Amino acid sequence: MEQYYGYFIYALSLLTMGGIYSVLALGLNVQWGFTGLFNAGIAGFFAVGAYTQALLTTPIYRDHLGGYNWPIPLAMLAAMVLSAVVAYAVAKICIRLRSDYLAIATIGIAEIVRLIFKNEIWATNGPRGVSQIPKAFEGLPQPWNTLAFLGMVLTIVALIYLALERARTAPWGRVMTAIRENETAAAAAGKNIEGFRLESFVIGSALMGLGGALMAQYLKQIDPNVSDPLTATFLVFVMLIVGGSANNRGAVLGAMLMWTVWSSTEILTSRLPDEFAIRSAYVRVFLIGLILQFILQKRPQGILPETRPKPNPRHRGDNSPVKNSGRTTE
Amino acid sequence: MMEFLNFYLVPGVVLGCIYALGAIGISLTFGILRFSNFAHGDTMTLGVYITLSLVQVSGLHPLAVAPVAMLLTTGLVLGMDLAFFKPFRKSPTIMLVIASFGLMLMIRSMIQFFWGVQLHALRIGIEKMAFFGPFAILPRHIMIVGAAVVLMMAVHLMLTRTKIGKAMRATSDNPELAALTGIDTELVIRATWAMGASLAVAAGVFLGLDTHVETMMGFKLLLPMFAAAILGGIGRPYGAVAGGLVIGIVEELSSYPWIGETPLLSPGYKAGVAFAIMVAMLIWKPQGLFRGRQF
Repeated sequence: MEQYYGYFIYALSLLTMGGIYSVLALGLNVQWGFTGLFNAGIAGFFAVGAYTQALLTTPIYRDHLGGYNWPIPLAMLAAMVLSAVVAYAVAKICIRLRSDYLAIATIGIAEIVRLIFKNEIWATNGPRGVSQIPKAFEGLPQPWNTLAFLGMVLTIVALIYLALERARTAPWGRVMTAIRENETAAAAAGKNIEGFRLESFVIGSALMGLGGALMAQYLKQIDPNVSDPLTATFLVFVMLIVGGSANNRGAVLGAMLMWTVWSSTEILTSRLPDEFAIRSAYVRVFLIGLILQFILQKRPQGILPETRPKPNPRHRGDNSPVKNSGRTTE
Repeated sequence: MMEFLNFYLVPGVVLGCIYALGAIGISLTFGILRFSNFAHGDTMTLGVYITLSLVQVSGLHPLAVAPVAMLLTTGLVLGMDLAFFKPFRKSPTIMLVIASFGLMLMIRSMIQFFWGVQLHALRIGIEKMAFFGPFAILPRHIMIVGAAVVLMMAVHLMLTRTKIGKAMRATSDNPELAALTGIDTELVIRATWAMGASLAVAAGVFLGLDTHVETMMGFKLLLPMFAAAILGGIGRPYGAVAGGLVIGIVEELSSYPWIGETPLLSPGYKAGVAFAIMVAMLIWKPQGLFRGRQF
């Protein structure tokens, strides 16, 4: 019986982490999937969110800022806003340049964010990080607190999913697709390319900040390595590309799937002898990279390919159905 | 004054030479293959670890075995190009950027798997500074700068005197026109990888000689190298050299106590200097100092 209870708790943790990564993957989907913006600094926006959540809610502590006693939901909102502000500053500079520059600039921002959290010891306790972060529903007894937190994460995922589905099929989402597929044509149609890209980048980064806020609560402690480019940025990218870029369902599916793969292989390798277990952790990274390369070359549309919104039947005749062209045929 | 020269300017020049060699590869790949190669830093790490193993096996000086490591790394990089970059030659460049991003982590994880994550040293023992009056310099710094200058001269001669070098410059300037005049694009691409990888290995070995060898060393250099390439102008090897020197020197000088007693910028933020320079260039002069390609 006890064994099954253990499995049950593990399944809950799998779903919770998968849900948090879904938030990140949905955020990336707005940027990369919808608009084609390559954000290589997911980790940075994620860390801004995580630290905002941590520092606004933790009790007073002599080694870092704290004692503001913000309610958890309000801190999560602040995490989103702060990530959005950082994203706005980056995007304002780089969004008009070629996509490579945005990638370089975002990877740079992630690095700077990590440096700040590591070096500003008075505020963040430096490399030792912040612990005892309050978690929503933690007052409830086990397993109800875990269940309630999972419920909150999944509700957030569902809300974001519904909002993004609405955005995708709305004129806003169609402009995003137009910009991604043919920037010149979109500009010729009178669309403000830079403005739309900026919106997409800021919204996506705000969601990444929210993901960070959730992660900070779930793990209850964070340190500057939360913005380790590997686990945050790379994994989220693989999730979205495997699941299906520009498909919101694909983003959630990819996050759940890849997190299960990532987490279960960890269990496998941790059973190996010590010497081998540490090293085989790197093999997992290699395999995830290989999966990415394979999908990129063999099935760039991902498991669930992008679907285009159907034209409104009331306007039939003035716009013919758009065929799904896929991003590689560009 | 001598303290400024000995402990800030000279290390800055050394670091600048290392950045410059790395940035040449980034700039050439950007100019000829048209994408920013995120795997460049970890290619460097790979070369350094190969050098490390060769040193352990042969017992020779790192600089003596470095050419072998350059050749081996070039071979591996050509294989990676075949497996991960060649399928995307006609695709949007962003696919190449993502592929290189994935490759960066694959290379690093393999290095961590085979060699472990502990620190290594390429040389053993403490060096004494050589004194020239009040001017003092570490012998290894003389060696690094000297070797870097030799390599830069070699790059210069190759780009201006050899057929393949001229073809590389032509392709970087205008790929369509270069292909029309009968230049073998694939050959140019292979030469670009070879040159970029060899210089990256050299830069990494110099860095390893100056400090130590660790698996994150290449990634830490990635941002300064990108900054140097952008500062000098994309596709401009000479610009990359100038950019690398500027960034290396500015990074070291940023922690000099210009005002009062404390460092102007906490040394913990040195890595941010390159980024700040890069952002400033992107805002005011995206084509770089040497009028590189602007995208």
